[in-house]
Amino acid sequence: MLTKKLVTAGVAAAIAAGAIGVAQAEEGQFIPALTYRTGPFAPGGIPTANGYVDYFHLINERDGGVNGVKFIVEECEYGYKTDRGVECYDRLKDKHGGATAVSPYSTGTTYALIDKATADKIPILSMGYGRTSAADGRVFPYVFNFPATYWSQATAVIQYIANEMGGLEALKGQRFAFIFLDHPYGKEPIPTFDILAEKFGFTYDKYPVPFATGTEQKSVWLQIRRTKPAYIIMWGWGVMNATAVKEAANIKFDMSKFIGNWWSASEQDVLPAGDGAIGYKGATFNGAGTGYKIFEDMEGMSGLSDDGDRGTVLYNRGMVNAAYVVEAVRLAQEKYGKGKRVTGEQVRWAFENLDLNAEDIEGLGLTGLMPTTKVTCLNHEGTNPAILIQQWNGKAWEIITDWIPAMTDVVRPLIEQDAAQYAKDNNITPRTCS
Amino acid sequence: MLYREAGQFKTSYSADQAMLTIPLDRWFVFALAAFAIVGVPLLASEYLMVSILLPVLILSIAALGLNILTGYCGQLSLGTGAFMAAGAYLAYKIATNITWLPIWVVIPLAGLCAAAIGIAFGLPSLRIKGFYLAVATLAAQFFLLWLFVKVPWFVNDSISGVPPAPPRTVFGFQVTGAAAGDEAKYLFVLAFVIALAWIARNLARSRIGRSWMAIRDMDIAAELVGIRPLPTKLSAFAISSFYCGVAGALWAMCYINSVEPTAFDINRSFQVLFMVIVGGLGSVLGSFLGAAFIFLLPIFLNSAPGWFGYSVASDTITHIEFMLFGVLIIFFLIVEPHGLARLWQIAKEKLRLWPFPY
Repeated sequence: MLTKKLVTAGVAAAIAAGAIGVAQAEEGQFIPALTYRTGPFAPGGIPTANGYVDYFHLINERDGGVNGVKFIVEECEYGYKTDRGVECYDRLKDKHGGATAVSPYSTGTTYALIDKATADKIPILSMGYGRTSAADGRVFPYVFNFPATYWSQATAVIQYIANEMGGLEALKGQRFAFIFLDHPYGKEPIPTFDILAEKFGFTYDKYPVPFATGTEQKSVWLQIRRTKPAYIIMWGWGVMNATAVKEAANIKFDMSKFIGNWWSASEQDVLPAGDGAIGYKGATFNGAGTGYKIFEDMEGMSGLSDDGDRGTVLYNRGMVNAAYVVEAVRLAQEKYGKGKRVTGEQVRWAFENLDLNAEDIEGLGLTGLMPTTKVTCLNHEGTNPAILIQQWNGKAWEIITDWIPAMTDVVRPLIEQDAAQYAKDNNITPRTCS
Repeated sequence: MLYREAGQFKTSYSADQAMLTIPLDRWFVFALAAFAIVGVPLLASEYLMVSILLPVLILSIAALGLNILTGYCGQLSLGTGAFMAAGAYLAYKIATNITWLPIWVVIPLAGLCAAAIGIAFGLPSLRIKGFYLAVATLAAQFFLLWLFVKVPWFVNDSISGVPPAPPRTVFGFQVTGAAAGDEAKYLFVLAFVIALAWIARNLARSRIGRSWMAIRDMDIAAELVGIRPLPTKLSAFAISSFYCGVAGALWAMCYINSVEPTAFDINRSFQVLFMVIVGGLGSVLGSFLGAAFIFLLPIFLNSAPGWFGYSVASDTITHIEFMLFGVLIIFFLIVEPHGLARLWQIAKEKLRLWPFPY
């Protein structure tokens, strides 16, 4: 009998608390945060989510929001599972007056949401992932993937290798290796590499690493040891990266000739390999470390995450992601009314007209952390430099190059071709951007 | 008092052979179906309909499929995800290449393709039994997914490899792709669920269903009484794969709106297997209960603190969700090893005596 009473009391208390919770529902600019702090991809998901959420907290605490409109962030944990990601999106999209913008940090979920978010008029900011051809804003009005796409990144990596070897002509006759996650994400740059290989006369071997067994790479590295490629390029995610870096160190491959893409070059990927990882390079578009002005403002602030990942590559990337959203909201308010909540549709307009130059970024205290971006209706990838190359020195990631531009003349026709195919399959009439 | 059979006489063979012989049962099922068709689209919110009911209904089809194979025919399979993937990829291929074909033909056709693949992978079941067969079907899981990712023909050479579901209409209403109306999508899936559940229920009590059960209970004895194991086992594989294929096609076309390999990985196979085990092996109702339990419980556990205004860190909730989910599965398996469907049956038997138990 006692248990029954206890249960009843508990339920009553819960309902009472629920009533209070509902009464306290606040107004503000709502940010749904789709995160994965659990599951196999949590090592990448936690710092990204922390950076994303912390930046909104910082803006709320330091500036009181944007022109007095505070951000309300609600997290939904989906464990990198596509169906749960879609469920999270549906659960959150109408809360607090409607979502501002959504950044799922998963290729699968982004693909599943492209049409849905377009129908709901909520912009997707898939920052450097997701559907590459969404860079064609005529077909994908609600999807943005600035500051650069995978294809731009692929061409920029080849450009970097050419710079190292002494010009694009030097690529002729070279043999490279491409290690990738056997998944749509990992295969995404292959068409670009094929075109570049033909154009510049190099060859490359493809080494897929299965999604389910990312840590079993012995055979891949045995072949690499035999073929002795001049450079290795990697498109990996999760545990696969750390394994590859370790294996490369084991076969004593020259680490300065091993280049990961921007999802394969964070602290989590190199630390397990210890000193063997020194010299490993990676692409990035955001700075690492805490030596930026913004981190001074975060010093001693309460309510921030305390996982000790502040300043890591992925944490900073999460912050940059949030900073783009905040600036888009600011721009939308300038057009549609300062100090008012803006809708997803208005933020979409703002994303499309976002133009952040070095001065703006200086004003935000994000110089060196966040790249300049200019988005247009035609180009949702942004007309900006593509990547920086960073190198692991055993303690921290160090940026060793200036911005390396993408070969837009190669990438853009591919993007337009794929977008046109998408438009045809889905009976979309592309808008005109003039 | 209310629920009893006393005084209900069947006066014809057809009445005696009806699917639901007790009027109260019959009216309950009809009312439930009517409510699902009319009431839900009128009353339910978009979230409830598209994010909750739609995936549960689709997974129920997959669970029905696996229940035919594992529950009725006794062949353990871990290839459910792969057969779903076969349905999804082939539905996409057929829909985009034969554009004039109506989508309600495309999806069963994709199911038939999955059935053919199922037969091929079912052949070893004649020689291999039990856990070894499970491992053999695991080969299907890995091989088929590898094939669909490897060969770009299946996705029309799409560069990204994750093509969006093509928009198709039924009676002028768009039912696939993201732009489809919630009600249209829901009713489209519901039509498949009702038809397939009805077929499954009747299959199970027909000659073929009885021969499956005979094979399940003791294959040598079944063979001795004249049941041929080859057609029996293969028909179970074919029909099971057909159901899984239809479920996979609907999942890609109506729920996640893109054809994506990770949606059908080994975890999906396990998820459907758990649905069948928790719901009840060899029970149509169990497939539905299991699908609802396995799919909805995590979402419920995940959002419940929010309803009561408690803000808990999202990762903590998820960890609690994992723990409670595991505990509840163990709890149900201890309380009722025959699944949720058996609990329902016990409840009905108690209702027959109520309020005068002896």
